[in-house]
Amino acid sequence: MSFAWAKQYEPKTALTKWLDEKLPLPRLVYNAVGAGYPVPRNLNYMWNFGVLAGFCLMIQIVTGVVLAMHYAANQAVAFGTVEHIMRNVNWGWALRYAHANGASFFFIVVYLHIFRGLFYSSYKAPREMIWLLGVVIFLLMMATAFMGYVLPWGQMSFWGAQVITGLFSAIPLVGEPLQVWLLGGFAPDNAALNRFFSLHFLLPFVIAGVVILHIWALHIPGSSNPTGVEVKSESDTVPFHPYYTAKDGFGLGVFLIAFAAMVFFLPNALGHPDNYIEANPLSTPAHIVPEWYFWPFYAILRAFTGDLTIPFTGIVLIPAKLLGVIAMFGSILLWFILPWLDKSPVRSGHYRPLFNKFFWFGFMPTMVVLFIAGGAPAEEPYVLLSQVATAYYFLHFLVILPIVSQIEVPKPLPFSITEAVLGKDKAAEASRTGTVDGGDAGTLPDGSLQPAE
Amino acid sequence: MTIRLGGIIVGLAITAVLVLWSLVPGFINFAFGPPPEKQASYAFYEHGEGPEGGFSFDGPMGKWDVAQLQRGYQVYKEVCAACHSLKFVAFRNLQQLGYTEAEVDAEAASWTVPGLDPNTGEPTTRPGEPTDYFPSPYPNAIAAAAANNNAIPPDLSLMTKARHDGSNYVYDLLVGYGEADPEKAAKLGFETPPGLYFNKHFPNVNIAMPQPLVLDGQVSYADGTEATIPQMAKDVAAFLTWTAEPSLVQRKQTGWFVLGFLLFATALAFLSYKQIWAGMKPKKK
Repeated sequence: MSFAWAKQYEPKTALTKWLDEKLPLPRLVYNAVGAGYPVPRNLNYMWNFGVLAGFCLMIQIVTGVVLAMHYAANQAVAFGTVEHIMRNVNWGWALRYAHANGASFFFIVVYLHIFRGLFYSSYKAPREMIWLLGVVIFLLMMATAFMGYVLPWGQMSFWGAQVITGLFSAIPLVGEPLQVWLLGGFAPDNAALNRFFSLHFLLPFVIAGVVILHIWALHIPGSSNPTGVEVKSESDTVPFHPYYTAKDGFGLGVFLIAFAAMVFFLPNALGHPDNYIEANPLSTPAHIVPEWYFWPFYAILRAFTGDLTIPFTGIVLIPAKLLGVIAMFGSILLWFILPWLDKSPVRSGHYRPLFNKFFWFGFMPTMVVLFIAGGAPAEEPYVLLSQVATAYYFLHFLVILPIVSQIEVPKPLPFSITEAVLGKDKAAEASRTGTVDGGDAGTLPDGSLQPAE
Repeated sequence: MTIRLGGIIVGLAITAVLVLWSLVPGFINFAFGPPPEKQASYAFYEHGEGPEGGFSFDGPMGKWDVAQLQRGYQVYKEVCAACHSLKFVAFRNLQQLGYTEAEVDAEAASWTVPGLDPNTGEPTTRPGEPTDYFPSPYPNAIAAAAANNNAIPPDLSLMTKARHDGSNYVYDLLVGYGEADPEKAAKLGFETPPGLYFNKHFPNVNIAMPQPLVLDGQVSYADGTEATIPQMAKDVAAFLTWTAEPSLVQRKQTGWFVLGFLLFATALAFLSYKQIWAGMKPKKK
């Protein structure tokens, strides 16, 4: 599952030779993120976010496991144990702030990772499976983050749990019993808090498992790249280590600087003050809002304000709430068919003039509007804005992308990645010298890719 | 092809439902309907700016003003504690305000906390110890509500984190009492209901808490600072910022150390990245 010119792992010491025969773990690492994984040489900084997302998952698991040692998932004491962590546990405040802001940074990084995938069409063949697994990871992340936000048992925890589980009550016939079953009661209570804690502890490890599949699927075709031309010869690639370990190391440093700035200087800026008020079922907050990373989807949920009725009869076909729930889940689930909606053979947005316009002047502003509208109270003009943006969101993926990919005339692509980096003449030279060195065993004379067995 | 055709049909259907049943009625209502009713109280709300000169702990280099925290503690003890608990703070925490161990012992002993009679096991009271937490002024929530016109005085431990821009909010609230502009009130038919008090910095301007800081010199500061209302409000707001986050200053100082290390490490990472890639463009063997 790699290119023919990929370096082979050679154990040098007696121990590594012995280990390689019994359990070739060092070989696995060497091939996955070491010198044995050839990667396109032209990756830009947008390709840093996969590694950063993996790093965020590790931050969350490490800080989370330690926090769980001091936290108690009982509605009578949960809020107090969080304050116990903040006040009495050594460096507990740092752990909790790192975990809370770590969730936000995880989403920032993953959103950038997804936007990169959308712009450079990383979801296209032969990488559909990587994309599908990525959507699964994103859905798991949303569930995990939502349940984690409930655990401090503040006002937003409680009312957020009420609103989000209330979404399921919109389902016809089984909705209400389903909500009761999910919560273990008629309202969020000890039963809900306990199961959310249990699942919040479990799901990150499920995410880690799907991440392994995501990376496994990535290593079959290899990484995509900003030019969108597949790897053709050795001169198109560099070994992951040291080239991209060094680049990712720098990216990680920049990420950590931003992360530390938030954790140590603005730790509550991304949270809601109401969550420092203990949960009170008798007092509803003025504006119930989810965490910022759910705002775009919350805006889609709230965009449907009118029941779908048969005009002039008053017969309700689908109530507004159910429409909103369908649209909100649909807005993410449609990513599952994205690889088949966009049939343009060209991957990179740089070579797709029409797509490029719709992406930057349609899709990205839409996401910004949805984000703002989702965080704002349900008042005009935010509701109208969210409706226009929601309409465009669905049109973009379901109508514009299929049609654009049909009618668009893409710009001419460079012959190879090397040509894209070095220009035509030098690319030819690099290709020639590569052949002389015998490093291009996997390339056919026409330059097409020949994966090794 | 089937998927794309299906996608286009579904996409157009969703858009049609959204536009025809939600967007168009919403727009007609927004453009031609009656303007949304606003509560009269909004006309009286004024956004506060916090104390003049800000707080000593503001900003990334902020530090506690220990004397101010001690004054704020005094205001809490002599004014706020009559109605408000401070349940997440223990007397031992007062050492952070610059009190010695002996002073903390004495301070704790000056409070009466619930206890058990060692001989009979009956509930009783005893002097506080450093390990005790600040006691609640009421035995339970029902008693608190009964004594306060059905409004339970909230615990103050986390108050400055439980409100947007909390330190300034607490200050503004304490100096925001007064009378509504009678002319404007008459015009809008605005009246503060009985049992509530007008406060221009409270979100709906009618607050259940009577004005706690009513006159200059209400507290006699041990350090001789003149106890004006704004001074007391600022001191107690600072104290409540400390109770909400005792680690605030330690956090910021640690932050500078961490950022310094990260900047250094990132600079090294950048240099090694540049060095490793230097031989890459153009690649020659």
